[in-house]
Parts: sequence; C-alpha cells; structure tokens
Amino acid sequence: MATNDDIILQVKDLRTYFNTDEGIVKAVDGVTFNLHKGETLGIVGESGSGKSVTNLSVINMIPSPPGRIAGGEILYHGKDLLKMSKHEIRQIRGNKIAMIFQDPMTSLNPFLRVSTQMVETIVLHQGLDKKAAKEKAIEMLKLAGIPAPEKRIDQYPHQFSGGMRQRVMIAMGLSCNPEILIADEPTSALDVTIQAQILELMKDLTERLGTAVILITHSLGVVAGTCDTLCVMYAGRFVESGPTDLIFESPMHPYTQGLIRSVPRLDHKSGERLSSIRGQPPNVIDLPDCCPFYPRCDKAMDICKKKYPAWKTLGNGRTVGCWLYSEDK
Amino acid sequence: MAESEILLEVKNLKMHFPTGGGFLSGKKSFIYAVDGIDFVLRKGETLGLVGESGCGKSTTARAIAQLYRPTSGEVLLNGKDLTKLKDKELIAARKGMQMVFQDPYASLNPRMTAGDIIAEPMRIYNGHGILSLSTQEMDERVEQLMERVGLSRFFKNRFPHEFSGGQRQRIGIARALALRPELVLCDEPVSALDVSIQAQILNLFKDLQEEFGLTYLFIAHDLAVIEYISTRVAVMYLGTIVEMANSADLYRNPLHPYTQALLSAVPIPDPKIERQRKRIILTGDVPSPDKVRPGCPFYDRCWKRMDHCQSSKPPVKEVEPGHQVTCFLY
Repeated sequence: MATNDDIILQVKDLRTYFNTDEGIVKAVDGVTFNLHKGETLGIVGESGSGKSVTNLSVINMIPSPPGRIAGGEILYHGKDLLKMSKHEIRQIRGNKIAMIFQDPMTSLNPFLRVSTQMVETIVLHQGLDKKAAKEKAIEMLKLAGIPAPEKRIDQYPHQFSGGMRQRVMIAMGLSCNPEILIADEPTSALDVTIQAQILELMKDLTERLGTAVILITHSLGVVAGTCDTLCVMYAGRFVESGPTDLIFESPMHPYTQGLIRSVPRLDHKSGERLSSIRGQPPNVIDLPDCCPFYPRCDKAMDICKKKYPAWKTLGNGRTVGCWLYSEDK
Repeated sequence: MAESEILLEVKNLKMHFPTGGGFLSGKKSFIYAVDGIDFVLRKGETLGLVGESGCGKSTTARAIAQLYRPTSGEVLLNGKDLTKLKDKELIAARKGMQMVFQDPYASLNPRMTAGDIIAEPMRIYNGHGILSLSTQEMDERVEQLMERVGLSRFFKNRFPHEFSGGQRQRIGIARALALRPELVLCDEPVSALDVSIQAQILNLFKDLQEEFGLTYLFIAHDLAVIEYISTRVAVMYLGTIVEMANSADLYRNPLHPYTQALLSAVPIPDPKIERQRKRIILTGDVPSPDKVRPGCPFYDRCWKRMDHCQSSKPPVKEVEPGHQVTCFLY
C-alpha cells in the first residue's frame, strides 16, 4: 500500500460549473482523490458524467467563461494549481503533467510537421537547442514503436494512421519525462487490435519511466487490465473508489454493481440475459441535492431522495458514497 | 436445431468503389470494400458480422439493402435476386427488409416528430400503392410501436433533439419495425451508446426477435456484443469473410489466426483474468483495401503466415459442420 509521502497530486472537493442558458451545469461537483507516485488511476463513467472535465480542471484548461472552478483545491506536491499564475502553470502543464486526448487527429495540428510540434514542446520545457530536441523527439518516437522515426518525424499528421497518431501523441506526452500523464479515452477511437497495441505500449513506457497515469475511459475492460486504483463517476461525483481488484470482486455502490453486470463479457456462458440499469443518466442541469442515482436504483430508500450521502471510508483504501453504507441515516 | 427456411442468400457479393484516376490518365483505381462474400441467413437467426473499421461490414449491409448497387454477385431475399430488380419491383421486394443505423443523431430527421419518423415508411408504401393504411391505422401502429420499444406514446409529437441517445435508437428501431419486416439489418446499432443503455437496447433487440420472429444481420465491432446477440458469427477482414461458425463454436474454438488475435485483444472486465491473459498482439494496421491482393488478405499482419499465403488465395474449408474458415492452415 502506498504511503502518504508518495502522493503527488491531491484533488480536494473539486467543483467545476458551467453557466448555460438553461441553468448551471454542475459537471464536477465535489470530487476528491489522491494520486500516488507511479500509480495508474482509472476514472470510469458514462458520457457526461464529468470524467473529462475533472481532468481538464486538473491542468487548468477549463474554458472560462462559460466554465469556472467553483471550489476545491488541486495540490501538486502541496502547491495549489488553481492559485498559480498563467506563467507558473505553463511550467507544469505539458512538462510535469502531460495529457493525451481521445482523438489524435484533432489534437495534432494538421498544418505542422510532427517534428515541429514535438520539438516545440521539448525546446520550451527542457531548454535543449533545436537539434538536440529533434534527436530527443526521434528517440521518443522510436520508444513508441514507430518504424523509421527519422523519416516519419518530418511527415504531417494525416500521413499517419489512427494507431500511429496515438503513438505520436504518447511519444509527445512523455517527451518531457512528466510525473503525471493524463490519458483521456486514449483508445476509444481505435480498433480492438490497435487498442491492445496502444495499451501495451502505454503500460510499458510509463512503467519504465515511472510515470503516474490518470486513465479516463468508459470501458471497464480497459480499466481492469491497466489500473491499480479505480474511481467510478456518476453525474459529476465519484460514487465509489478503491483498488481495482476489490471493486471488481465486490462492487459496493448499486451503480457500480449495475455497470459491471451490464457489460457483455466474452468469458461468460452465452444465453444468460444481460441485466441493464433502467432509465437514463440524469441531466446535470440543476440537479436536486440528493443522490443522483436514486431514480435508477433498485435499493433506493426514502433518505436517498432527500440528502446526498456522505463520502464514507471503509478500509482497504475503499470509499463509497451511498446511504446503504452509512450509519447516520 | 432444425434447419429453418433460408430467408436471405448472398452469393459472391462484390462492391468496388471507383476512386480518382480515370478519364485522362486512363488508369482506374478501386476501393475493394467488399470482395466476394457468401452466406445464407435462415429465418429467425441472428448472424453477427464482426470486424475492424474499414473491413466492409457496413458496405455489406448497404449492398444487401441495395442502398449501393453491388458491382457483382447476387442477393436473394426469399428467392428473389434484388440486384436485378428495378425501381418499383425493388421497393416492393424491399418491404420485408429494414435497417437500423449506428448514429441515432444522424439517422433521424431533426425536423420531423418522432411519430412522423416512425410513420414515414408506412406513408411511403401507401404512396406506392403497396400498403393501404388509413391515417387512423397508421396512428395506432405508431403508438403500439412506441410503447413496444419502450417509449411513451405521449412523446409522439416531440422532435429528435428532445430525446437521449438511447431513446433515439428506440425510435430508429420502431421505424424499422413499422412495415413488419422479416429481416432487419442492424448496422452498429449500439456502438454509440453508453454501457448501461447498450444493455437495455440489446435486450430489446432480443425480445423483439422472439415476439415478431425477426431475423437479424447484426453488425458490430465489439466481439462481446456480437457473442451476446448472435446465433452465428462471421468474421470479416478486408472485404472477405475469414471465418464463420455458430457463435458458441467460434468463441470456444477460433481457428483463423485473425479471429484468435481479435478475441485475445478484447479486454475482459475482470482484473484477475486480465493480468493472466496472454495477448496475441498484431503488428501494424489494417491495410487499405485499395489494391488487388493475389494471396491471403491477412498475410501482412498474420503471425502464422507461410510462404504460399502471399501468392495464392486460401480456399474456404468447412472444418466441422457449420464452421468454415478461409486459411491454408486447415
């Protein structure tokens, strides 16, 4: 078990709201987690649950307006990223905390050669001259498994396939030896055989470089194979977090239970009927102050409609936000 | 299981799209999206079509529905070759075949209400004089269908943007059922949906099949989804079927190296199993289907390839009854 000394990122009660014509969207509403050195932390949830906004908040990239961080702290080695000046945060973003996105086509600039884009980052953060930076970039591409990197580096993004582009993104993300890599659905746009390649590559490289990873995904299968710790998100809040093994073995929150049961699995005998969660994810505009899952929950009680359950620590590193596990009902 | 009647038979279906070149240069190039596939679909079964992007799954469905007129080959629906039919005859023959599309946002007209969208097929067939339903009959059928797919009839006058993704897909399904088809071609109908909603829609497909005796051609890239819904599965690669078998046989005993790699690449949501699994990691990407390959289409990425795979096409071999594979290993 990791100790408190290893904590490199602490997110405390983060709240990110967006003002819209229809009301305030509480995209992230009270999220708390710790990231340890070298750890891989997975955040799963359905679309609109606030996974991406959580991580955009961490690197202070929420477009404002309409967004604003309404509360909370994000401590990177004890320093609050939210209180830093633009200049200070630029020293960290892309350097100490890097990010790769879902769609490698839109996150690479189509007008610039890969070399230009990679060299720019390395020169800015590592203080190398252009020639050395290019050498470093070629070395990273090689690590990321791109054949003939000396030639490929002078090509444009459209000359790469989807899987290759994601390799370029990973190479770029890791080129400054970041402490934290935030990967937002890095394989969702890829085919399964390519997904397997990319996940393997990420695991291999981050283990070798000792990078901590925050992996955002909607796929429970991806999480199961890669993450040490798992956080399940629903309607802007974490409903459950803990070691991946324990959560899969005995999910506690009814949403987690439903989610795990509703995924069709290859290793289950066929003919079994899938159980699904009834209803639909809530609209996060003007959510009432109660458990957002109660309309879909089979175990809903009266109190669930009145108050939001407290975040309860259960030992073994597990926490859950559900009235079922709370004594002071 | 008793062999039921053949509903659809696809014979050597090819769909080549011309690209660039042409006229002045005198050269013609093609995308060989679907390059000779054969299968039969029996009444009441579900054939799952699985493969990676660009392997020709959707093109197959569209070529069957005659949304693209195939380059060559036959598509026999109840014994009638759709590729030879012209306008009016085709419309009449196609009544028994409907499609559900992937993107529930793009496949519904944003300016029509849910009720109108579901009624549109009936209105079109009324116009052609094939059906003669009164407005009241159509209204009743729309309401029945909405209730059946899990939408309240009071949503009839709402527009697509007022529905969530899962609900939109329900509208798309209701529209496909409006003409009481025998065959429904489902082109990735659940891949745009969240897992909890995906399970609801998959169960709906199963229930509807039982209730109306539907036959599905079900396309998906998610192997676990295909396993759940299908009675038989065909694995596609670069416009050809590389393996086809009963669902249980294919998953228990995959024969083609591609199927084996594909199955091993699917993540299983269980950390203990995941850590112990041995993956077959394929090198490289799916090649572009833009040239004629003399040998096996999978040659470039195959981890069991032999010399003659590059120069000659492997034959289709029935390894055990109902389990066919296109590979020299067998």
